[in-house]
Amino acid sequence: MTTYREAMREAIRAAMRADERVFLMGEDVGPYGGTFAVSLGLLEEFGPERIRDTPLSESTFVGAGIGAAMNGMRPIVEVMTVNFSMLALDQIVNNAATLRHMSGNQFGVPLVIRMTTGAGRQLAAQHSHSLEGWYAHIPGLRILAPGTVTDAYGMLAPALADPDPVLIFEHGTLYNLDGELDDQTAVDIDSAAVRRPGRDVTLIAYGGTLGTALTAAEQLSGDGVEAEVIDLRTLRPLDDETVMGSVRRTHRAVIVDEGWRSGSLAAEISARITEQAFYDLDAPVDRVCSAEVPMPYPRHLEQAALPQPDDVVAAVARMTG
Amino acid sequence: MSVTATNQIAPTGQDGHRRDLLHQMLRIRRFEERCVELYSAEHIRGFMHLYIGEEAVATGVMPALTPQDAVVSTYREHGHALARGVTAEAVMAEMFGKVTGCSLGRGGSMHLFDAATRFYGGNAIVGGGLPLAVGLALADRMRDRQGVTACFFGDGAVAEGEFHESLNLATLWRLPVLFCCENNLYAMGTRIDRAQASTDLTGRAASYGLEATSVDGMDVLAVETAARSATEAIRDDGRPRFLEFRTYRYRAHSMYDPDRYRDKAEIEAWRERDPIDALVRHMREAGELTDRDLSGLEADVDAEIDAAIAAAHAAAYEPVEDLTRFVYAEVSP
Amino acid sequence: MAEFRMPSLGADMDAGVLLEWLVRPGDTVRKGDVVAVVDTSKAAIEVECFTSGTVERLLVEPGTRVPVGAPLATIAAAEGEPAEVPPVPAAPPAAPPVGLPPREPPVGVSPVTSPLVRRLAAERGVDLTAVRGTGPGGRITHADVERHAAAAAAPPPTAPPTAPPPAAPPTPAERRVRASPLARRLAAELGVDLATVQGTGRDGAISADDVRLAAETAPPTRDEGERRRENMRVAIAALMARSKREVPHYYLSETIDLAPAMAWLRERNRALPVPERIVPAVLLLKASARAAARVSEVNGFWQDDRFVPGSGVHLGVAIALRGGGLVAPAIHDADQRDLHDLMATLRDLVTRTRAGRLRGGEMSDPTITISNLGDQGVESIFGVIYPPQVALVGFGRVTDRPWAVDGLLGVRPTVTASLAGDHRATDGATGARYLQALSQLLQTPEEL
Repeated sequence: MTTYREAMREAIRAAMRADERVFLMGEDVGPYGGTFAVSLGLLEEFGPERIRDTPLSESTFVGAGIGAAMNGMRPIVEVMTVNFSMLALDQIVNNAATLRHMSGNQFGVPLVIRMTTGAGRQLAAQHSHSLEGWYAHIPGLRILAPGTVTDAYGMLAPALADPDPVLIFEHGTLYNLDGELDDQTAVDIDSAAVRRPGRDVTLIAYGGTLGTALTAAEQLSGDGVEAEVIDLRTLRPLDDETVMGSVRRTHRAVIVDEGWRSGSLAAEISARITEQAFYDLDAPVDRVCSAEVPMPYPRHLEQAALPQPDDVVAAVARMTG
Repeated sequence: MSVTATNQIAPTGQDGHRRDLLHQMLRIRRFEERCVELYSAEHIRGFMHLYIGEEAVATGVMPALTPQDAVVSTYREHGHALARGVTAEAVMAEMFGKVTGCSLGRGGSMHLFDAATRFYGGNAIVGGGLPLAVGLALADRMRDRQGVTACFFGDGAVAEGEFHESLNLATLWRLPVLFCCENNLYAMGTRIDRAQASTDLTGRAASYGLEATSVDGMDVLAVETAARSATEAIRDDGRPRFLEFRTYRYRAHSMYDPDRYRDKAEIEAWRERDPIDALVRHMREAGELTDRDLSGLEADVDAEIDAAIAAAHAAAYEPVEDLTRFVYAEVSP
Repeated sequence: MAEFRMPSLGADMDAGVLLEWLVRPGDTVRKGDVVAVVDTSKAAIEVECFTSGTVERLLVEPGTRVPVGAPLATIAAAEGEPAEVPPVPAAPPAAPPVGLPPREPPVGVSPVTSPLVRRLAAERGVDLTAVRGTGPGGRITHADVERHAAAAAAPPPTAPPTAPPPAAPPTPAERRVRASPLARRLAAELGVDLATVQGTGRDGAISADDVRLAAETAPPTRDEGERRRENMRVAIAALMARSKREVPHYYLSETIDLAPAMAWLRERNRALPVPERIVPAVLLLKASARAAARVSEVNGFWQDDRFVPGSGVHLGVAIALRGGGLVAPAIHDADQRDLHDLMATLRDLVTRTRAGRLRGGEMSDPTITISNLGDQGVESIFGVIYPPQVALVGFGRVTDRPWAVDGLLGVRPTVTASLAGDHRATDGATGARYLQALSQLLQTPEEL
């Protein structure tokens, strides 16, 4: 068995061994081993030039990643959490995402930015939010959300091979997830995956909510309702084909997204379903999202704010009658 | 005299060196003067920021760079692009939004890009270019290439966090960046002493532990000397340098700026120190420049710019069908 | 001489107010000199000229708002200065698109259509399978249904000129059936009336399973004919009310001697087997069509405040339905058909109309309508125009009347023909020409 954390670490190790242009930089990725211990031990193998600790200057080390990528390197920039990435929003949105189009295809930014997202660890309102949906709004970026050990390992290599900026969102509760690592099968960064087949309702989830949806599907199965669970995997560009294919089979959809519902990724997916599969719907699309509050610290409130399997089961019950 | 459209500057001390510098400054000024006219006639749109008065900086710094070096600039970058070697035709077409522009017409005045001369824009977020320059230099450093990255920004950028982060990081990591601060005293309409607790920009830069020098930005020869000395030092020890060029823009911040925030007398006082006039005076006194030479240079410049404008008028726009091309690369490796 | 023009000082500036002149005629100016102050509505900005020379004339008074590019002053060029920027060639049209292949057109999914359109169709009694969709991918739109419903309604039989227009009854406030999109699609496919289905979904909405269950148990549906007639009444009411509300009608009539026509017809029919014999009404139709071709101002539509001539004479023939109501399907190019063809077409049309099997095209595009109530015994008709057509021709019964010919009184078969005309499209004189043409054509039946 391999943990999600180990899978991510081994993916970085493999990429750095395979390509000397690849390097890792971010806050405390060196001797500390990474805030979430992803890069533990890599400094010893690759040295401080390629496992590069940065000062607390999110905007500049992300911008430096962009500059280095434009100048022949394949940087992996680690930002501690998505909340901190707000300090680098200018570089990501105004530079990384625009440069190719704005320069008339003269400059591309083959950069990978990894960051933690999500709640569930009682880290309160400045370390717990799920803002990947914001990034999924931006043309020019590719947004990944590995939800399994295999994806944690497999998505990094194609992300590094992508000629454009790729953001990888690692849900904080997944690092200790144990799973069988299949490092032989090629992993793509274009498509969603059906993690559980079912005929009665489609549950659409990604990253941290994949487990929520799978748990709900098990409960529903006990009630005789067979839920199909889709793992979006790639949040931009969205794989409409897989989602619509499933909805056309089940005629019902519930989106399980840890982001807030207003103006969210869940809203986008819901809109696409009504645009593309309206005549196949047998019930309104429903969403299970986080409560619209800054994430509170105490466990009971945090859990109340987050999408839970019971919420998903209840949503399905409402639509299956 | 034949039409010269190049940005070539003869080496210091050689025949024609100062003549080339004069030619370059005239070229930038006349280009922008024509831009004002073209803007007024609606051929150029959007925001347009003029460099008139500051030509000595771009003209003096660029000869210190090699083709392997990189340049990162701001939205007031017509002069940098022309002096770096982006053709007047490509810059003018870009201003017109035509497909023959250096960014396919997609960027306009504020976003000139040119891979061939390693001109990395055209960045219109104040301070946003500094981290890019740090990254470009980091890549050169990690790949053991000899390049220097020259990064232009104004005094306004010194108030941005990215300025401080970038100077710190470049110094910490010993990256070959030449930070070129064009201090024209105004961040848009806010005079430097209304925005900065300490207006000693050189002193503040030096606090990060890098060599920082203040230079008369109205004297092209002084600019060139300082830039050559700084780039040589960077090539020698790999550490960044900071140059503050004290300069002035005569024109308003952009075409839509009523220029209410400063005295006419102040502008006139700076015009007395005009870098072009100063160099002409200097060359005449040295017997290097006749009236005939000067009108020859002017004619060269006019011919080049006329041709660039005619080409821009004649050029096509990018087809609308291509609107969504190059948001992402079209060919994956 | 050069013109100094209102400069554009920002992408959002399309005009400016000249606040002040800083030069006067006769002043010498140099390129780059500030010559005026302009208010851009954002700020007062000093503006410069791009020509050196002498100011000749100031063309605009201070305080005047002028568009960008408008001349403000003329400047005589100084010696040796080019008066104007040399003309530059105009930009050629944009280069042809390169690279990207054309996008595929959307795949049609007709007859699938939106719930709103389905509801409308149900209200109007329109069978969606008979409607040609004009929306994306051939989808049936709201407008398609309205058009179709309008075509299905016919002008009313008679309406005395002084009678008040029939008031449209309020549209029945039919409650929106709550059903999922899939349930609606299934209901249409399975022929299930959603109004009869019990919903078990969220908030009582009908789900696909509810529809399937309803289809299996097949509850008796309402009398289709009755429902259709109700819907048709509503449609006729709405259309006629609209006509009387919007169309300023004028009415003309003319009693026509049919003696030559009836004699000719008798003679002709004698030689034919009964099924092929031609009725007088066909003769009237043919003459009406020929007259409409001749006086083409009455043949067409009033659209967007102007007359649009019909492409061909497509006669709308008002046909009464046995259970009540009317439709007026079209006989296309009626002026081109011979009488035999016209007779066969009319017979076929009446049969199919009464069986409810009209084709879409027949319903939608008559250019002028003929209403013949002769068999109902009335003497004359003053009809209501069927918008957007601009005329309706009416015939009463063919009846023997005393008639003076060459100074002698005789008894002749006659018919009273009338024309209801849209006064927006034509005046009475045009209508009169039409009736004259009609009358003349009927005097030489052998040429019809």
